[in-house]
Amino acid sequence: MSTENKVGLYIHVPFCAKKCPYCDFYSVSFGKKIARLYTDAVIRNIKSDRGSAEIDTIYFGGGTPSLLPVEYISDILKTITENFTVHDAEITIEINPKTVSPEKLLQLYNIGVNRLSIGVQSCVDNELKALGRIHSFNDAKNTVLSAYKAGFRNISCDLMVGIIGQTMDSLSYSINQLCEMPINHVSAYILKIEDNTDFNKQEIINSLPDEDLVSDMYLLMIEMLEKKGFAQYEISNFSKKGFESKHNLKYWKCLEYIGIGPSAHSYFNGKRTAVPDSLEDFIKYDRQIEIVTEENSTSFEEMAMLRLRLKEGLCLSDFKEHSERVISKATPLEKAGLVKINNDTIVLTPKGFLISNAIIAELIL
Amino acid sequence: MSIDKIRNFSIIAHIDHGKSTLADRILEKTYTVADRDMEEQLLDNMDIERERGITIKARAVRLTYKAEDGETYIFNLIDTPGHVDFNYEVSRSLAACEGAILVVDATQGIEAQTLANTYLALEHDLAIVPVVNKIDLPSADPEKVCSEVESVIGIDAMDAPKISAKLGTNIEAVLERIVKDIPAPTGDENAPLQALIFDSYYDSYKGVIIYIRVKEGKVRIGDEIRLIATGAEYTVVETGYLDATSFNNVGELKAGEVGYIAAAIKDISETRVGDTVTLVDNPCEKALPGYRRVNPMVFSGIYPADGAKYGDLREALEKLQLNDASLSFEPETSVALGFGFRCGFLGLLHMEIIQERIEREYNLDIITTAPSVIYKITLTNGETVYIDNPTNYPDAGSIMSAEEPMVKAEILTPSDYVGNIMELCQERRGIFKDMVYLDETRVSMRYELPLNEIVYDFFDALKSRTKGYASFDYEMLGYAQSKLVKLDILLNGDIVDALSFIVHSDNSYARARKIVEKLKESIPRQMFEIPIQAAIGGKIIARETVKAMRKDVLAKCYGGDITRKKKLLEKQKEGKKRMRKLGTVEVPQEAFMSVLKLD
Repeated sequence: MSTENKVGLYIHVPFCAKKCPYCDFYSVSFGKKIARLYTDAVIRNIKSDRGSAEIDTIYFGGGTPSLLPVEYISDILKTITENFTVHDAEITIEINPKTVSPEKLLQLYNIGVNRLSIGVQSCVDNELKALGRIHSFNDAKNTVLSAYKAGFRNISCDLMVGIIGQTMDSLSYSINQLCEMPINHVSAYILKIEDNTDFNKQEIINSLPDEDLVSDMYLLMIEMLEKKGFAQYEISNFSKKGFESKHNLKYWKCLEYIGIGPSAHSYFNGKRTAVPDSLEDFIKYDRQIEIVTEENSTSFEEMAMLRLRLKEGLCLSDFKEHSERVISKATPLEKAGLVKINNDTIVLTPKGFLISNAIIAELIL
Repeated sequence: MSIDKIRNFSIIAHIDHGKSTLADRILEKTYTVADRDMEEQLLDNMDIERERGITIKARAVRLTYKAEDGETYIFNLIDTPGHVDFNYEVSRSLAACEGAILVVDATQGIEAQTLANTYLALEHDLAIVPVVNKIDLPSADPEKVCSEVESVIGIDAMDAPKISAKLGTNIEAVLERIVKDIPAPTGDENAPLQALIFDSYYDSYKGVIIYIRVKEGKVRIGDEIRLIATGAEYTVVETGYLDATSFNNVGELKAGEVGYIAAAIKDISETRVGDTVTLVDNPCEKALPGYRRVNPMVFSGIYPADGAKYGDLREALEKLQLNDASLSFEPETSVALGFGFRCGFLGLLHMEIIQERIEREYNLDIITTAPSVIYKITLTNGETVYIDNPTNYPDAGSIMSAEEPMVKAEILTPSDYVGNIMELCQERRGIFKDMVYLDETRVSMRYELPLNEIVYDFFDALKSRTKGYASFDYEMLGYAQSKLVKLDILLNGDIVDALSFIVHSDNSYARARKIVEKLKESIPRQMFEIPIQAAIGGKIIARETVKAMRKDVLAKCYGGDITRKKKLLEKQKEGKKRMRKLGTVEVPQEAFMSVLKLD
């Protein structure tokens, strides 16, 4: 069976030690008792009948999944292997520096977790402070090194662009520092101020680096990471060869994934569904509530929107009836250096990725 | 009810002098409206009227009043618009009346427009009842205002009721004056029917409703009527009057009365305001004198934002024209905007009102091009052409001479602002004529101004430079030679025909600079850099650049949640609807209006 038919499993762990002021994802504060109730609910949901899908990626996202005690994670993983066919899976957990000890990392490795995504964000302490993070760069560095020591050979770090006080120099410092560590993947996000966050205040917005600077930083980052062997494979994702996140690629390639936990999303059997943002409900009900957000999710618009985020681009040979229109719209964009057209494949350039919302709208609407 | 107990009247007032408030008080005092139904300014039943505090369309309401003499009278209150653009409508409302209440603000005195409407009323031989309003304000000077009315209009105003419409003070005195000073209508109910159409509108259930003033004879349900000008014939389905809240289908209207007819009229073009209604089997000998036809002075293109709505726009314009005969339109096409209409208006306010009514009452998104006046061009081959659309302006090489319409403007202002007004009029190429002190503080200034200079934002500019105190009125003066040029706007190197306009050559550089700046503000950053240029005959005289957007990206897609991206895509779809794509450039609808507001 090819990977194309295998399913990803996403577990949303909605606990945080402290809410980051820029984050609008669902989380509540951590407590051991509630975490146990949550874990039992996850286990119940895994056991409930979903057919006998073959799973090849498991991803613990959050929140801060690394807050969960290892035995809970182990219980969940065990239940997954008992209820699904799991073979040679990529098993990722998001880690926040300072929430895990070297021992815990070793335990995680021993129960079968084989990939870590570590929320480093920046290698400059002032920038970490500005983001309201609880860790220092030294904490992050120690976490990465301990993980490597524990045996992890597939480590990703998050990097943030557009932080208050960030400059071209400080960004290139962060990139150099990151790349000196034993990692194979970088997820690089541009800070975006979301409506329902503490950062959505005029004084914060005014002190952010301006559009031109952020754009220059993004382009610099691509250039530097590529030089250091981290190839861009998606707008925000870079990796050494063979270390692309199998799980995240499912999102862009419209492959199936099942989400478990409050605010988790699924794309399964052609339907897109979402679980409401309520830990209470998730614990209360035998089976999580799933709201259908898209009944039949195979439109060209959706596929194109997601594919264009990938460096491999949108191959129009699968969409013959749209091909001519899209190519004619892409042609002036190619002249402006925003896309490349290779036969019937359209690929955004780094400059194009920066304005991908506008380009995607132009090409597919 | 005998004809001598009927009083038909209008209220004349300057904007803000309290006409609608007085109408409300009269409605209250005549117990026409129960308190719970009383909505502020009941007569103004269009949203725009209420928001702008002005009256656009004439309305007629029947009230009953028990006077001090013990008799019960019927009042027909016919509303009139106050603004200079709507002289025509005032005129047709007045033709249905025997008298008019002249409301003057006790703090401001008589204003130019009030004067113009009062003269209109006198032309129609109406009895004028002066009323001094706002006596509750500390700065009120009713005695002074009364003597001003006497000296300016020449009517006796010493015993004019001094009222506060806001507080309801002394309203009874006004009602008594209506009974005593306004003559009852005359007419013979047994004569052949002769009724004046003074307004009409389209009702989706009843068809066209016409408002009439019966001059002679009577009309009943079942009567076969003929509209003399168009020859159209219908059977009356309903006839009666309006009170403040509803239609009253009483089945008959007689000489002297004001009311409505519904006759299942579907073709709106057959009912003309100013036309005469008579009976098919007993027609009157001749039509009533119609209204003087007003000629539109300002023209602009109106286009549907969504090209598929062209038919809807036509229908909306037809329906608006039904009760606003001063609106004219004919189809035109624009390279940039597609199919639309060239519309003629009485003035800039009239234009704005029509735009708003199309958008609100007919729920259509429209794009309006810069207003133009009618230029008279003599070509080198001796031919004379009239141009109301800049797109059709001839090449400079084939023009022998160009003329533009001029107006005679009168500005009434407190003397403090004379300097500001002179400056403004100079900027607008005005020629100073004379200046008269009406009293120690009030000045009347006369200028000759090119109409072209006042159709943009003259009124706004005047208001802002006089803290709203000055008022302004104008009449056409004819054509004068002028040095005119056509200014073209280029986006990304292509001329946008809908943005071209005619300007005096001395002002062309300054105007061009301002327009490209305004356009730069209103056109959002796009994927490419967009040069905005202004050119005269191929020569670029101003340029701005909209820089290319650099960053517009959703970096995160967490846990497979793509709903944010979908929402964004939906938002972009909506956004695109508000944009016009000109070549590769997306231009928001507002950009087409930005050339209007330059002060």
